[in-house]
Amino acid sequence: MTVVLVDAGGTNIGSVRYALQRLGVDAQLTSDPARIRAASHVILPGVGAAAPGMRRLDEAGLGDVLRGLTQPVLGVCLGMQLLCERSEESDTVCLGLIPATVRHFVSKPGLRVPHMGWNTLERTRGHPLTASLVDGDCAYFVHSYAVPTGDYTLVSCDYGDPFSAVVARDNFMGMQFHPERSSSVGARLLAGFLAL
Amino acid sequence: MLSRRIIPCLDVRDGQVVKGVRFRDHLVVGEIVDLALRYRDEGADELVFYDITASPEGRRVDRDWVERVARAIDIPFCVAGGIRSVDDAREVLHAGADKISINSPALERPDLIGEIAEAFGVQCVVVGIDSLRDEDGQWRVRQYTGDPSRTRALSRRTLDWMIEAQERGAGEIVLNCMGTDGVRAGYDLEQLMVARELCTVPLVASGGAGKPEHFVDVFRDADVDAALAASVFHSGDIAIPVLKRALRAEGIEVRL
Repeated sequence: MTVVLVDAGGTNIGSVRYALQRLGVDAQLTSDPARIRAASHVILPGVGAAAPGMRRLDEAGLGDVLRGLTQPVLGVCLGMQLLCERSEESDTVCLGLIPATVRHFVSKPGLRVPHMGWNTLERTRGHPLTASLVDGDCAYFVHSYAVPTGDYTLVSCDYGDPFSAVVARDNFMGMQFHPERSSSVGARLLAGFLAL
Repeated sequence: MLSRRIIPCLDVRDGQVVKGVRFRDHLVVGEIVDLALRYRDEGADELVFYDITASPEGRRVDRDWVERVARAIDIPFCVAGGIRSVDDAREVLHAGADKISINSPALERPDLIGEIAEAFGVQCVVVGIDSLRDEDGQWRVRQYTGDPSRTRALSRRTLDWMIEAQERGAGEIVLNCMGTDGVRAGYDLEQLMVARELCTVPLVASGGAGKPEHFVDVFRDADVDAALAASVFHSGDIAIPVLKRALRAEGIEVRL
């Protein structure tokens, strides 16, 4: 197994790498198209903003590389949002792999933005990636933008309205929360991805 | 449902966890990674590490221990202390911290809040506010509280600063109520309730936890998103699993 982390300038790259190390996998950080294409599993971590994230991928010529991948690809947090068609964050055109538009949370009374903390995961569709989830499992979220629910939603979460916590379309998957910071639940989900 | 968070706070000085009463007289309570792992195992939802000597001495946090913590634990953590620039923030975030908290340097140069939010997103920018009530009844901000000999009382009102910090891009506010800190008589509900009214981002209560009922009160009455405490956890007087069961029994959503 060769797992690579694609460098989109996210600040959680180290944390994702350490989480994989705790699972016994040494993932290398790269922006080399050949190494990305040759990997068995590709992870796009991300913490930051959509526009600089896409700019960094485009400047490295990685947009088409990612779109052309056939092995399992996992976007984490912003990485998942970048898999979508576009983001309301600075009206950014994204990779177009998940048919959705990323929306800003609308602040309501009692609903603080960013959505920050441990929230309950609700499985909406069966998939090998999320087979380990059990009722009541929580994951750690930190985000101001979210992907609405749709056919691609595997797991939803509720914050004012339901939104996508885990998405999948063909070999492209995404987790809005931080599996690398979601304790044993996150470790199980990452192990589920590595087992694909 | 979104859980209320329990956050042990580890004050770090010279690479060890210390605790003082009313921000003074620091005693060593343990090694950083050992305590981080202990709290993770007990069910802490997040950890905050404050390098309490960093700002007064004008030095930055030593990032070695940040990376050691990031490798060891699988819950989020925030690092505070001496982060004065986007480069400082990047260094700590790249070492594996999930959030950075700025306090005295944000008071020195408020533009710092927006600069870090612009570079990394508002979700990783926490603004810590040390607040004390003055004789005229107003809560005002204190600066450099890590070192009593350098602590300064500012003319800036706590609530004005909190609003300004949010407008500039703070993604979370930690309100350290210095009047109740270390005396274990409960959180400063009065101040936190007023702050909650004006705070649109997550609000973390800090200072005063002594008993599980204090956590019930602060979540129920002040509607804070998280409660931070140090000495009651370090001493073992409150065990996190016991605390969480007590909160759930009172109908407060927590992660068990």
